[in-house]
Amino acid sequence: MSDTAIPPTVTPLLEVAGLHARIKGREVLKGLNLRVARGEVHAIMGPNGSGKSTLSQVLAGRPEYEVTAGTVRYEDTDLLGLAPEDRARRGFFLGFQYPVEIPGVNNVYLLKAALNAKRKAGGLQELDAFDFLNLVRDKMRVMKMDESFLSRAVNEGFSGGEKKRNEILQMLVLEPTLAVLDETDSGLDIDALKVVSDGVNTLRSAGRSIVLVTHYQRLLEHIVPDYVHVLAGGRIIKTGDRSLALELERRGYDWVLEEAAA
Amino acid sequence: MSSSTQDLESLVGQKYRHGFVTDIEADTVAPGLNEDVIAFISRKKGEPQFMLDWRLKAFRHWQTMREPHWAHVAYPPIDYQAISYYSAPKQNANAPKSLDEVDPKLLETYDKLGIPLHERARLAGVAVDAVFDSVSVATTFKDRLAKAGVIFCSFSEAVQTHPELIERYLGTVVPITDNYFAALNSAVFTDGSFVYVPRGVRCPMELSTYFRINAANTGQFERTLIVAAEGAHVSYLEGCTAPKRDENQLHAAVVELVALDDAYIKYSTVQNWYPGDENGLGGIYNFVTKRGECRGARSHISWTQVETGSAITWKYPSCVLLGDHSVGEFYSVAVTNHRQQADTGTKMIHVGRNTKSSIVAKGISAGHAQSSYRGMVSVLPGAEGARNFTQCDSLLMGGNCGAHTFPYVEVRNPRATVEHEATTSRIGEDQLFYLRARGIGAEDAVNMIVSGFCKAVFKELPMEFAVEAQNLLAVSLEGAVG
Repeated sequence: MSDTAIPPTVTPLLEVAGLHARIKGREVLKGLNLRVARGEVHAIMGPNGSGKSTLSQVLAGRPEYEVTAGTVRYEDTDLLGLAPEDRARRGFFLGFQYPVEIPGVNNVYLLKAALNAKRKAGGLQELDAFDFLNLVRDKMRVMKMDESFLSRAVNEGFSGGEKKRNEILQMLVLEPTLAVLDETDSGLDIDALKVVSDGVNTLRSAGRSIVLVTHYQRLLEHIVPDYVHVLAGGRIIKTGDRSLALELERRGYDWVLEEAAA
Repeated sequence: MSSSTQDLESLVGQKYRHGFVTDIEADTVAPGLNEDVIAFISRKKGEPQFMLDWRLKAFRHWQTMREPHWAHVAYPPIDYQAISYYSAPKQNANAPKSLDEVDPKLLETYDKLGIPLHERARLAGVAVDAVFDSVSVATTFKDRLAKAGVIFCSFSEAVQTHPELIERYLGTVVPITDNYFAALNSAVFTDGSFVYVPRGVRCPMELSTYFRINAANTGQFERTLIVAAEGAHVSYLEGCTAPKRDENQLHAAVVELVALDDAYIKYSTVQNWYPGDENGLGGIYNFVTKRGECRGARSHISWTQVETGSAITWKYPSCVLLGDHSVGEFYSVAVTNHRQQADTGTKMIHVGRNTKSSIVAKGISAGHAQSSYRGMVSVLPGAEGARNFTQCDSLLMGGNCGAHTFPYVEVRNPRATVEHEATTSRIGEDQLFYLRARGIGAEDAVNMIVSGFCKAVFKELPMEFAVEAQNLLAVSLEGAVG
């Protein structure tokens, strides 16, 4: 991949500062700070209801979430000022925790529309059907997906594992600069977890960053993060490396919460 | 939640692209309806006596009937005496012999509508009959069709050239007594199309009629009759548009299809009459009776409709399955936006043995629109082994519209199979966000979701028109992206 040659820059790819956000009048994020440099993989862990999914959705621009304070810089732009589609076209990708079914719309059609929207925004020519299919077939091999999958409707009648695989396939096709994967590991058996992790790992490069939102450290055995954060009460209360995830698995979250309260 | 609902609603603002008026001198009869007006229409058309007698019989019966109000639609009373029942572009007084004699303004009108009638620009593989207000102005590819033995002409012409076929089939599927609007149509209809495909002939091209209402304060009452003889095969499509006007205009058409043994008729409609503005001002009242009779064994009639226009739609294309092993199909997409109301569906009447019917109806409502599916499946005692499958799905966009389903099922044979599936879903804020998060713009995302929802119906349209229908749907649901 050509962008592996780009050296990590000093300014972070993503900088979240003092982010407050609410949904249906309830404040969920309460002053969250996060810096992700190019090439880094971060894992965000935390108890249920701590704001992990809210963070993912706010970064992707879901209209139901209201940002009440704080800033999010992505590359050189104010991410929060962009429509969701513009974020995607600039290389932001959200892997959904619950991928949505779209009856009657073929996977291949969505993939092509998404890729060409991004290429068009980047001033590139749209790919023709032949080049596009070659590209998709390559990525499908990585994800160990069957050809028949292309003509199926988006996520319709997919098993939980198929849906997650489909998310990663979309990511591989779109080659984002920043990917946030929201509980991509939940509901996967061991084999599927391996395939999904392999897929994510093929995307790791010096110019690209990945944020993994997860409950379980087992994903981190396959995709080894540079940093592990604990998100609780709408803020990041502790940051460490891979060993923090192992400790969390052994001891739970209470000790971190107590430490933070002290 | 509310902000995103508004986004969705702003996405479905509608622009009507066919709302222009053609400035052309017209021969229009004064408003009002009585036996003299009917005699005038019949005289204008130079009809044989049997037609006038038939019209008067229909009129007298109509006077004994009352306007039906069982449909889930609401509108102020219609003053049938305030409508003009005949309007024709003046030049047409002596019907043009060829396109060269057709008023250039008319040709221009059809060009603007994307229906070129000129020899050089014709739609490849599609023969068109163009009906403007009360008269047919041109029919293309007549010679080529005649070579195959297919009769395709305006109804008025058919009354002159093939009176025996008209007398034999007219009113045999939809009798004059059938319903209020059909009786009115029988009395005053002015033009429409006639198709006859003889025994064993496969019609070499798609047939199509394009209906255009232009004059103000007129009603459009067209009549279409399609007969497919033994083993014949024909695919026919109608399209309709009208100018933007603040008054409501009445369109009460009747379509009759007759399929003899082993015959196949595919009838597709892309209905885009002016729907009225966003406050419900103006628009066409589309009160239409369409019915096909599978008269012969193994005959097959398939209705496909894409309904995007009209202020009010009241329409139930139906199949009477008389012949043993005959098949009836109904595929429908009905889109209502703003203040539009649609009460549409089908009737499948199983009379013959082993008759089969399928119904796929998709309703899409946006704005303050109300959309109803009303369908009847009736299995008569002799319909041994009859089968029906019905699926009707409704998609709601925004919180102010409504979708309703009224299925009637009557089974009087214990060995019949009837299945009914129905779903109602709100266009997902989830779906919309998912696609936008993949880089697809909001408007394209809505179109993608709606097209996906309608896929089962679109794939039934003739290829030439599937694209048109898809574009039409996009226009109907088009609006500024917030």
